Amino acid sequence: MNASNSPPTLAPPVAPGPLEWLRKNLFSNWFNAVLTLASLVFLYFTLVTILRWALFSADWQPVTYSPLLFLVGQYPRAQLWRPGLSLLIGTFLIGMSWGLWERYIKPFAIFFAILLTILAIFPLKTPTITLSIRAVFLASPVLIILGYRIGRLPAVKGKYVITMWLLAAIFITLVLLPGLGNIPALPKIATTSWGGLLITLLLAVGGITLSFPIGVLLALGRRSSLTVVKLFSIFFIETIRGVPLVTVLFMFSIILALFLPAGSRIDRIVRALLAMVFFSSAYTAENVRGGLQAVPPGQAEAAKALGLSNFQITTFIVLPQALRLVIPTIVGQFISLFKDTTLVVIVGINDLLGISNAVLNLKPQFVHLQMEVYLFVAVIFWIFSYFMSYTSRELEKSLGIGKR
Amino acid sequence: MTILSNTQASEKIPLWRDERILRIVAQIVSAVVVLAFLFWGVTNFLRITQQRGMPLTYNFLREPAGFPISEGFLTYDPTMSFGRAFLVGLINTLVVSGSGIVLASILGLIIGLARLSSNWLLSRIALAYIEFHRNIPLLVLMFLWYFGVFAKLPSVKESIAMPGPSYLSQRGLYITFPRLTETGSIFLIFSGIGVILAFAAFYILRHIRENTGRETHFGLTSLGLFLLLTIAGWFLSGGEPFWMDKPSMQGFNFQGGFRLSPEFTALLVSLTMYTAAFIAEVVRSGIQAVHRGQVEAARALGLRSPQVMSLIVLPQALRVIIPPLISQYLNLTKNSSLALTIGFQELFAISKITINQAGRAVPVFLMVMLTYLAISLLTSLVLNVYNRKVQFVER
Repeated sequence: MNASNSPPTLAPPVAPGPLEWLRKNLFSNWFNAVLTLASLVFLYFTLVTILRWALFSADWQPVTYSPLLFLVGQYPRAQLWRPGLSLLIGTFLIGMSWGLWERYIKPFAIFFAILLTILAIFPLKTPTITLSIRAVFLASPVLIILGYRIGRLPAVKGKYVITMWLLAAIFITLVLLPGLGNIPALPKIATTSWGGLLITLLLAVGGITLSFPIGVLLALGRRSSLTVVKLFSIFFIETIRGVPLVTVLFMFSIILALFLPAGSRIDRIVRALLAMVFFSSAYTAENVRGGLQAVPPGQAEAAKALGLSNFQITTFIVLPQALRLVIPTIVGQFISLFKDTTLVVIVGINDLLGISNAVLNLKPQFVHLQMEVYLFVAVIFWIFSYFMSYTSRELEKSLGIGKR
Repeated sequence: MTILSNTQASEKIPLWRDERILRIVAQIVSAVVVLAFLFWGVTNFLRITQQRGMPLTYNFLREPAGFPISEGFLTYDPTMSFGRAFLVGLINTLVVSGSGIVLASILGLIIGLARLSSNWLLSRIALAYIEFHRNIPLLVLMFLWYFGVFAKLPSVKESIAMPGPSYLSQRGLYITFPRLTETGSIFLIFSGIGVILAFAAFYILRHIRENTGRETHFGLTSLGLFLLLTIAGWFLSGGEPFWMDKPSMQGFNFQGGFRLSPEFTALLVSLTMYTAAFIAEVVRSGIQAVHRGQVEAARALGLRSPQVMSLIVLPQALRVIIPPLISQYLNLTKNSSLALTIGFQELFAISKITINQAGRAVPVFLMVMLTYLAISLLTSLVLNVYNRKVQFVER
């Protein structure tokens, strides 16, 4: 066991030092070095231009002038407690989801909590942000942490939280925000005064929850052995996928009225929502079909051999496996649905983008500040979509690990 | 035997549990439900059209449109018909999506390759580009480009001079554009023949090379053929097949050159940059799908880096890339309908005006939907044929 006689043992790999890292990743050969230098120059000029503009020449007044407009639009200021309560319910559920699905929700929950805290204490000089609004913003992170604590209890299960999400969504969209005529505490509020992020989130959440089951049904219909059902599904899916969302939105906002009995009216936000659901369900159907095709036929045959009915085979054997496979794609579809909600501007609904057009016309000195306002809107969309795609990536990773 | 036992079995099963009968009943029921719903809608619709006196015919297409179109690639004036206006819109849509597809493919390929670069910094910049564009709505990007950049450009007098020469101002982008001289067509014909001959020579000689192993210099020969004919055409046309139509300041506006309106440019830029981010991801995943061993084997055989890319990696990656690429192209075409928000008049915007002017919502709408459907189906048909060819050759 003489050290000098034994074959030379390799030293354990040492983590490369910063210089080594630079040499390997940025200056491995002359071409790479040129690329690095060019990138550095490009980066320097871009960053300097952007920072100089954002800090010195940009005028952020339209954004700070009335943040409430961006959040809820013209929602009556006396009834602001209703969106406020919705926010509190939402943050509590986000907290619970964080506790349950730590891996996926954690970054978003923490970011959201910090954002709301900043909003609560941000020294804005507008009178529209009252102390009670700041109190709601400040209570939200507390509720997120409270929800997190509860969500981590072993008794709390995923299906409870999903049910709570659904019930909360129904309660908020059908009762709390629009109000009920016969309860004096909840006067009716016409959807024409709703706006801003409120509408964007409503359309996104409503569109996602409604289009998903319809999409699954359409996918099953397209693979059905019943010729008539199959043909209807194919016709619907291919027609919707072949035309732009704008045309579908217009169909619902203009044409639909012609096909309904005279005098019947559907709320315009509901019409826009229906259009989003119509459009998105066709794409969801195609995604789900991909998953259905990937489930080996042996699964259904084995289930049949065990005596399960067709309905049982679909709901308990085929669909769970198919959906598990396509979760990442479906989340991607949800992200594009969320981004597509901006198109309702075209049919005259004041969502986040629509309200920013209104803000630009609020004061004569705002008219030329489109860059600032639209960038602000872009950042909000970016944050939400980014966290959605983060969740999707994590799901993809964890599903990949569990792959059999 | 089996037939006999089947009929025996079906006799025992009561009607409401016989699967064959249930299937027929289910189909009839679903058909009746859908048709009844459609029938109900159509009756309502017919009643309304009767009340308002809007006949369901396409005669209005021949009536004069009466509205101006700010730009188009067909001659048009307001005295022309609605049908002509629709056609102008269709061409505008096709032009903007066609050029968008070409530009987005190039930009997407560059960014996708940059994303895969071994250079850490370059790869991060590409990632930042992709993440920025993928997570914001196209409409917001379009508004940023149009209202934030193109609508804020300086007036014509202070227009930004760029190499070319080309000038960027509120009135749009004026670029230097080559136009044919009188003898220019000779040059075009010659170089056209040159291209055809070069391609023919390339394929024939490569075929011989592949089959016999004899060196045929197929690349050099075809390049030489092309150059020879092009140069011949150049001299035959008197050495001046083109003249450069340069924009120049005259009075209060530019004369000459080729004008791209701010609306068109903003639409093209935003469509290109948005779709390029998605194409970059498609390219990246396609290239990553090629097994590492393929690259290593090619290296071991002594191929150089560009050869590994063009001969080994890209042909295999194309198989994975093409199907999602088709849907990106279709998305770009459909997204061009957002142009109506920034005032570029393409198919959808013009149809919307037509609805207001002619008051025929449903016929116009059917036309628009069918046109978009036809574009989508044709595009995917052509690209699917190409896709099948790529898949077949590779296997």
